[in-house]
Amino acid sequence: MKKVRAGIIGTGNIGSDLLMKVMRSEFLECGIFAGHSPDSRGIARARELGVPVTYDSIHYIEENPDCCQIVFDATSAKVHEKNAPILKKLGKYTIDLTPAHIGPFCVPQVNLEEAMEQDNVNCVTCGGQATVPLVHAMSRVADIKYVEIVATIASRSAGTGTRNNIDEFTQTTKEALTELGGIDRAKAIIILNPAEPPITMHNTIYALADDPDMEEICKAVGRAEKELQKYVPNYKIVLGPVFENGRVTIGIEVTGSGDFLPAYAGNLDIITCAAVEIAENYARRKLL
Amino acid sequence: MSRIRFFDATLRDGSHAIKHQLTKKTIADYCEAMDDAGMYTIIVGHGNGLGASSLQVGLSKLTDEEMLTTARKHLKHTRLGVYMIPGFGTIKDNLRPAIDAGADLFKIGCHCTEADTTRQHIEFIRNQNKEVYGILMNCHMTSAERLLEEASKMQSYGAQGIILMDSAGASTPEMVKRMTATLVDSLYVLVGFHPHNNLGLAVANGYTAIQEGAGIVDGTLRGFGAGAGNVQLEALSALLIKEGYELNQNLYAMLDASESIVRKTMKEDRALTDLSIVSGMSGVFSSFKTQVLAAAEEFHVDPRDIFAELGKRKVVGGQEDMVVAVAEQLSHPVKKDTESYMLESLT
Repeated sequence: MKKVRAGIIGTGNIGSDLLMKVMRSEFLECGIFAGHSPDSRGIARARELGVPVTYDSIHYIEENPDCCQIVFDATSAKVHEKNAPILKKLGKYTIDLTPAHIGPFCVPQVNLEEAMEQDNVNCVTCGGQATVPLVHAMSRVADIKYVEIVATIASRSAGTGTRNNIDEFTQTTKEALTELGGIDRAKAIIILNPAEPPITMHNTIYALADDPDMEEICKAVGRAEKELQKYVPNYKIVLGPVFENGRVTIGIEVTGSGDFLPAYAGNLDIITCAAVEIAENYARRKLL
Repeated sequence: MSRIRFFDATLRDGSHAIKHQLTKKTIADYCEAMDDAGMYTIIVGHGNGLGASSLQVGLSKLTDEEMLTTARKHLKHTRLGVYMIPGFGTIKDNLRPAIDAGADLFKIGCHCTEADTTRQHIEFIRNQNKEVYGILMNCHMTSAERLLEEASKMQSYGAQGIILMDSAGASTPEMVKRMTATLVDSLYVLVGFHPHNNLGLAVANGYTAIQEGAGIVDGTLRGFGAGAGNVQLEALSALLIKEGYELNQNLYAMLDASESIVRKTMKEDRALTDLSIVSGMSGVFSSFKTQVLAAAEEFHVDPRDIFAELGKRKVVGGQEDMVVAVAEQLSHPVKKDTESYMLESLT
């Protein structure tokens, strides 16, 4: 079957994990894996896998525009700000995995359809992909006054890009909770834990609501979890929803499929799975 | 030798001890009383810093802005300081507003092995021409060599000093000696220490750090602070005076403010309680106490067991959500599969 070529810019943890998922896709193939650093371990690895690679980053795509129709940008917020207008001019459907937030947010379980009509969509953050769907589900059955999420990830799974963008990461996650979650007030807290062996990605959602109907909340959240599991198979609610100390609390763990980093790095998987879900739908509907 | 700088965290770390319920009156009275006491800076805010008022670590009675504007009004000669942990607060929502509210000095903190998460914030503050210090929390959780590596990063971002926080009060004097000396030998910026008293060593550890060349001690009056409390600056001052150090700080002013303002604000005395000692032994950040007690009651489990389990899981500051998860698990015996049940019955 004919596949759509996708380019990946950024060869760190996220780009490398994404590559494995693109290579497995029924609808996508990697047209170019683009980085800039001659020491990139990601590029060395991709070359061994037989994937076309370049050290020329986005310039390669400018000079060889036929190498891909869809571009995943897994660089950093600052770099994506420069890349976005170039990709727009080249007419590439762009899926942004940095917290730059230039195009509108997309969390596939919540608003995949809208993303099909854009030229640049933003994948929020791993914490956002993990929590926005459940917040969105709760806000439809309860009058949620305030939501807070805490995303804890293993230090080893946070690469240079994530660390240099911790500020955008925090801010963007919060903004996605209000924009897509259907609530007015939100807060996001991000924690890096260096414990060895590394901890699995853990997310907690706290929600304040007047007199919440826990039965309805559990049902709505359960449905959202199932839908999410269709594209993030290792997504799991491990606590609740429970009503404790005057708040609704949900605990979530995301284990990875071990594509690039070991299974603890579910934070890579949840955002790369979301990005691939968007790309496959776009490829299927618009390009194939 | 230049004189020791005291970073007065009474109105910041003290917030932990009263669940972040500081009043405007306490802030105003304290700042007025201490403005001429010779503190290098008076740090004000939620215990976990700017932007930290949350369900996760506790909601603050006053907003950051209310606290800062109140303090600003009463500090004429002392720098107004704030603390922020990236991941809790952001430049847009918290640092810019704090500058607008008149903050002069910024402490940017992170877990001791994650210094690169402070780069954006330290650089931002430097570019605003404000004073900025890097804070490495829970410094007992890694080696002196690693602390130096992380401190050097902060120094390269522009931090004007590095303060090691012994957040769990789990450091022995030997550890303090080694980590302080390692940093002092290799950094060109000032080194500071922030002791906690879980093992009754806060004054001793502050003093040890100074002997090893630390130029900053970050502590509180009366030890008012998270968990077992902080280094009591009055006591440390007394010790330094005895040892012949010249101080900028006025001991009587500290003692007066401690008696007349801080004593009234504190909900409990700073004796070493069972939970303080257990959290120190487990190496878990003292400020988890509030969440641990609430969860222990909710799930009918022993708070000491919760601390011990959190220690095994090596939780770091900010992971208060794990308290509920651990308490919930401790509240019902682990479901065993048949195989392990059979194996266990054989032994």
